[in-house]
Amino acid sequence: MSNGNVPAGGVVLSRLSKSYGQVRAVASIDLAIAPGETVALLGPNGAGKTTTIDMVLGLARPDAGTVSVFGEPPAAAVRAGWVGGMLQTGSPLEHLKVRELVALMASYYPHPLPVADVLRLTGAAQFAGQPTTKLSGGQAQRVRFAAALVGDPDLRAVAGRGKTVLFATHYLEEADAYADRIVLIARGRVIADGPATEIKARAGARAIRVTLPGTDTALLGALPGVVSAERHGDAVLLSCSDSDAALRGLLGSFPGARDIEVRGGSLEEAFLELTAGAETAGASTGGEPR
Amino acid sequence: MTNVTHLRFEIVRTVRNRTFLGVTLALPLVLFYAVAWGQRHATFDGISFPLYFMTAMAVYGAMFAAVSPGSRVARDRSGGWIRQLRITPLRARTDVAAKVLTAYLVALPSLALLYLAGVSLGVRLDGTQWLEMTGLLLAGLAPFVVLGIAGGYLVQTDALGPAIGGVVVLFALVGGVYGFQLATSGPMFEVMKAVPSYWLVQAGKTALGGGTWPAQGWIVIAAWTAALIPVAALAYRRAAVRA
Repeated sequence: MSNGNVPAGGVVLSRLSKSYGQVRAVASIDLAIAPGETVALLGPNGAGKTTTIDMVLGLARPDAGTVSVFGEPPAAAVRAGWVGGMLQTGSPLEHLKVRELVALMASYYPHPLPVADVLRLTGAAQFAGQPTTKLSGGQAQRVRFAAALVGDPDLRAVAGRGKTVLFATHYLEEADAYADRIVLIARGRVIADGPATEIKARAGARAIRVTLPGTDTALLGALPGVVSAERHGDAVLLSCSDSDAALRGLLGSFPGARDIEVRGGSLEEAFLELTAGAETAGASTGGEPR
Repeated sequence: MTNVTHLRFEIVRTVRNRTFLGVTLALPLVLFYAVAWGQRHATFDGISFPLYFMTAMAVYGAMFAAVSPGSRVARDRSGGWIRQLRITPLRARTDVAAKVLTAYLVALPSLALLYLAGVSLGVRLDGTQWLEMTGLLLAGLAPFVVLGIAGGYLVQTDALGPAIGGVVVLFALVGGVYGFQLATSGPMFEVMKAVPSYWLVQAGKTALGGGTWPAQGWIVIAAWTAALIPVAALAYRRAAVRA
């Protein structure tokens, strides 16, 4: 096989699951990524992002389900040079300079890009002669990017543009900046999947918790900036697209409202809100053993 | 399947590790002169002591050189580089082949330095004898090269030094590398003859008589190598999937 075969079919994950001991890292994931698409797997720590990407790259074996990378199993796609990436965990190599590390990565691929071009493109050229062990965080990130880019693989497991890209992040801003499509993952499942703008609005939303007995939740749901209202005994949870407008409306229309709490900001909480009810309160969240 | 760049950088990384290279090359030399200087006119087991001890220290140094890729494997593993390699088209056997070659490239100068030291204390062999001895030593190092690589995949970085060092010292002791034999007959002697380091020590003596190991030597070396290869392969698979 060579890079000359045009890979088709994109990346398809079906009913993928994986446990580490008692920890269910990935419960069941179905996902189809079209060639050329840039997809961010977004989720809190322990959501199953890393495990999912490991299975796509052939670094972890699924307990059940399948992964197809351009029509091939991950191992075959990797051997053909279709897959590339620089793992976040990958520390630099001792006794090698930046230029040498990138040249080394290039040597593994059938049709690499010129090392000098990649160094220049990624801004790593200025420190190409430095040992890979003596880099700042930003420089290391550039080197990672250069190393992922230089093999010119068809699937990249790192943020970037051009080819099919799949990357994991727990920063909404990062997902929004690089991806066309965001797949929200929590507790090893896909809980939302759509264009970046849409998911950003949902995941970035705030929630208002208010104690307001005996009020019709439909009235609360109709307030400006409120997406939905849910009653939990005397308390009501308002999921908001605009929490400021919702708060003004709430205080204006319902003077009896008390114990008002505006929650959100943190992605973790947004996830918990989004997944609340999907599982019982005692359910454990998945871990990501490293 | 070879990858010249990969092999080149394996060597570059080894050579740039000055402390490792210095200790690996100098330690057996220092030991050789420390012990053999005072006994340069003595004979041992029918051969001149400097020749006997040159072989012993050449074996000692080469054994440490042979297991040396293990520490690089362990560091690459803990740093995540092994996982990184797994998502490139580089084949595992190409990577391992480069490490085996690198091990021999460190072992060769280590041997050469000990030969020079031997000559400086009066060791004289003809060309065939030097070549036969070197050939046997290189063949006898095979199980140690595999042992080092397997150790690198199996043992945590901070425990690897003592673990591998300890195993090599144990082999050296049982094999008679330090210049004395634990036994010359009986069951202990049979145990000695079953370890690869014993045959490394015999390489010098055998070559002196002009010839090669008896069949037992080849069988012991081949058996240890064949037994350790699956261990290394298993360790590699375990390390790569979840490091």
